[in-house]
Amino acid sequence: MDTNLSLIAPEIALGVAGALIILLDAFVPGGLSRNVILALAVVGIIVSAALALPLAGLNSFAFSGAIAVDTYAVFFKLLFLSATLLVLLASTSLLDSVARFRAEFVGLLLLATVALMLLAAAHELITLYVALEMSSLSTAFLAAWNRNDGRSVEAGLKYFLLSAMSSAVLLYGLALLYGLAGSTRLDTIGLAVANTPNAGLFLAMALVLAGFGFKVSAVPFQMWTPDVYEGAPTAVTAYLSVASKAAGFAALVRVLTTALPAAQADWAVLIAGLAAATMTVGNVVALVQSNIKRMLAYSSIAQAGYVLVGIAASSPRGYSAVLFYLLAYTATNLAAFLTVVAIIRLIGSERIADFRGLRQRSPWLAFALAVSLLSLAGLPPFAGFFSKLYVFSAAVQSGLIWLVLLGVLNSAISLYYYAQVIHDMYMVPPEGGGIAPLTVSHAVSLAVAVAGVLLLGVLSGAVLRFDDLAALALAR
Amino acid sequence: MDLLLNLAIWLPLAGAVLIAVLPGNADRSARWIAAVISGVALLLALALAWGYDPNAGVASPLGLTSVPWIPQLGIGYVVGLDGLSLPMFVLNALLVFLAVLISWNTTLRPREYFALVLALETAVAGVFSALDFILFFLFWELELAPMFLLIGIWGGARREYAAMKFILYTVAGSAFMLLGIFILYLASPAHTFDMLQLGSQRLAPAVQSLIWILLFIGFAVKVPIFPLHTWLPDAHTEAPTAISVLLAGVLLKMGAYGILRANFTLLPDATHQFALLLGILAVINIVYGALVAMVQGDLKRVIANSSISHMGYVLLGASSLTAIGIQGAVFQMFTHGTITGLLFIMVGLIYDRTHTRAIADLGGLAARMPKIAAIFIVAALASLGLPGLSGFVSEFLVFLGSFPVWGVQTILGVFTIVLTAGYMLWVVERVLFGPERPEWAHLGDATGREMFAVGVLVAVIVLIGVFPAVLGNVVIAGTTPIALRY
Repeated sequence: MDTNLSLIAPEIALGVAGALIILLDAFVPGGLSRNVILALAVVGIIVSAALALPLAGLNSFAFSGAIAVDTYAVFFKLLFLSATLLVLLASTSLLDSVARFRAEFVGLLLLATVALMLLAAAHELITLYVALEMSSLSTAFLAAWNRNDGRSVEAGLKYFLLSAMSSAVLLYGLALLYGLAGSTRLDTIGLAVANTPNAGLFLAMALVLAGFGFKVSAVPFQMWTPDVYEGAPTAVTAYLSVASKAAGFAALVRVLTTALPAAQADWAVLIAGLAAATMTVGNVVALVQSNIKRMLAYSSIAQAGYVLVGIAASSPRGYSAVLFYLLAYTATNLAAFLTVVAIIRLIGSERIADFRGLRQRSPWLAFALAVSLLSLAGLPPFAGFFSKLYVFSAAVQSGLIWLVLLGVLNSAISLYYYAQVIHDMYMVPPEGGGIAPLTVSHAVSLAVAVAGVLLLGVLSGAVLRFDDLAALALAR
Repeated sequence: MDLLLNLAIWLPLAGAVLIAVLPGNADRSARWIAAVISGVALLLALALAWGYDPNAGVASPLGLTSVPWIPQLGIGYVVGLDGLSLPMFVLNALLVFLAVLISWNTTLRPREYFALVLALETAVAGVFSALDFILFFLFWELELAPMFLLIGIWGGARREYAAMKFILYTVAGSAFMLLGIFILYLASPAHTFDMLQLGSQRLAPAVQSLIWILLFIGFAVKVPIFPLHTWLPDAHTEAPTAISVLLAGVLLKMGAYGILRANFTLLPDATHQFALLLGILAVINIVYGALVAMVQGDLKRVIANSSISHMGYVLLGASSLTAIGIQGAVFQMFTHGTITGLLFIMVGLIYDRTHTRAIADLGGLAARMPKIAAIFIVAALASLGLPGLSGFVSEFLVFLGSFPVWGVQTILGVFTIVLTAGYMLWVVERVLFGPERPEWAHLGDATGREMFAVGVLVAVIVLIGVFPAVLGNVVIAGTTPIALRY
């Protein structure tokens, strides 16, 4: 058995950091101060990223094929680490408000990220399932963090119960796969079922799709999303909406391309259908939301639909576009949510109507939110424009013209609710005075996310080179 | 030349960023920066026009810059000007400079205002110079957010509704356009977005028709072509004066330019097939716009609807597929930009003084403001095609080119000039003449700065009216390659 630990060193480093924070806080008299916790976490993330980088370009396995070590996994590990870092830096005020358990909060966040990193690298059914469960459990705790707020507790419980149910569905699919192939390794499964397209394989594939559909909030598995996004602490929502969702897509694409290439014709059709439903339902329901977190929840459902368009293209160009989309979406949605974190704390309301005149009250926050919303709507020169461009162009190349037509029309619809927020912020007089500035770390993390929104698209030639390599790693 | 061109495109955006990041209370410096930057951009555009060689040929556009940008998808940063785009490029620079001058006294959030106007200039300049279809689309969409904010913040009473309508109509149209661009890319043997390469191939007619329709929907919203025009009266009426000038002057031209640049140049067989449809839509625009303009009670709505009518002449000339007709179309794009720009400025000057645009409330203004009245009359006469002014040249070319092909349509178009004369002169009569009203007795005439702005436009209108060759050589060089395809 191949037990080269350096191949999973990024996960080990981050896991150690998370555990260390929780233990030290318990044993140091008086507990750790907020800044020490943050510093430890930041060091852990940076070390983990530094250990992950050299693994790019490798094309091997660890632990007898349970873990894939390739550019694809490294891409996602870096993505999750960056998202976690930005969320952490922006949750200083949240940490201050739950002073008693803040080490646990940060520790769990890091452990959840370890789970996501494993999920992106999982190349074997049991590993995949364990990683998924580990991430769901930790995020359910995080969602329920505001334990004095009924909505937060409800969010945690809802997420926990529904994710347990979807895990059961997924597990059924994985068991069927194992039964058909006699192996839990994805590539072995792919070879074993290559010449036996039958009803059992189709059922297994459909169940796997349903299980991951929950994780990425694809319609019709999206029911939990608005409630959980609204109830969870906003920083946790930000994390859920980018890192957790991207990990779901990472695992989904790997399973589909490695274990189920034999059923590609079938899953491409199913995913195209999911994409159509997800984009349309997300955008149409977002039109009528009055709470910013619910609106962004439906918007993130719609965004998952665009990602599914790229997967439905089922080509290397499509997977590369999916990776770019997830990167751009992570920057954009983080920028949006981290701005909303600040705004909600400063004006004390989640109602979009209370964002009126925000431009006069806090020009930079209004600017950051406007930029990220325009990027979500897919307007240039922001990252969201380019990510949609790549996804749609890949889908057209695969002949999915009807789906792209639906996608571009959905983008047009979505502009209405995004522009409505900009309208409220910029065109309506304010109803309150100026608002207090952000903490430094929050401002830094917001600035990084906004810089990502502004620059990722323009520099996407270079980013796509990496994405192409990562997508190629799937086709070995 | 390529340095000049890129500077002319990007300098305004740099100015916008500069205005946005100026420290402290920089309201007054904002307008000076905007004036200087847009003035320099205008000089750069004129320098480019000066250096333009009409004999250069299609393969070597002025200031051609071609850099690979996103090589994975074959997207390049390709910009360059030819005889088709150069007039529009100069028009954009000219109108933005004048727009800054006539909004000199903007008191509401002037920094954001001038920054957005400059950002808009870069976007529109990019549309007219992009030779890569994705880059073209990028600039096309880039114009939306600044215009949305400019209408929505600084507009009239129903500004928010008008701004939202504007942006949703355009985005819905460009959704189809993007799909058309993708299919064009896939269908082309070269798999490229480079318009110069795309122009040198001929696709199967059925594919051409599909792409033609998709692209046309996107452009038709912008022109606007009936029945996709309903955003225009709202946007033009609610926008502040200078923004109405830019909307009518250059943004509508983006649609007509797109039809000539993409549909006519890249998809000749489909254009042949749809020419009759285009000719019919043109006449509907001409007659419908004029009829609606006649019954408006709001001064600005008259001009806005006259734009719909006049853009119909562009389509009529183009749909004839004759060399003269297409030249007339491009001429009309340029002259309509200057004439309607001037008309909107005059309406704005009157509104600044009287604070009303209701024709029924105005009257006898000529006695109080003779300069404004005189120039208003010049603009109205140019608009109805008086010989000696530029409107005559372009309309004459359009009719000359289209009559042999579309007899009935041309006759209807010619007779609509009577309607144009009707509503224009009626407006002149009701607003400027008639009994003086006591409430307007204290009003003053145009200031020196305002006279300078309108004087430039009058000079251009007269110059092209009496000496069309200044524009003609460029337009002929730009339209001949298109006409040769038919």
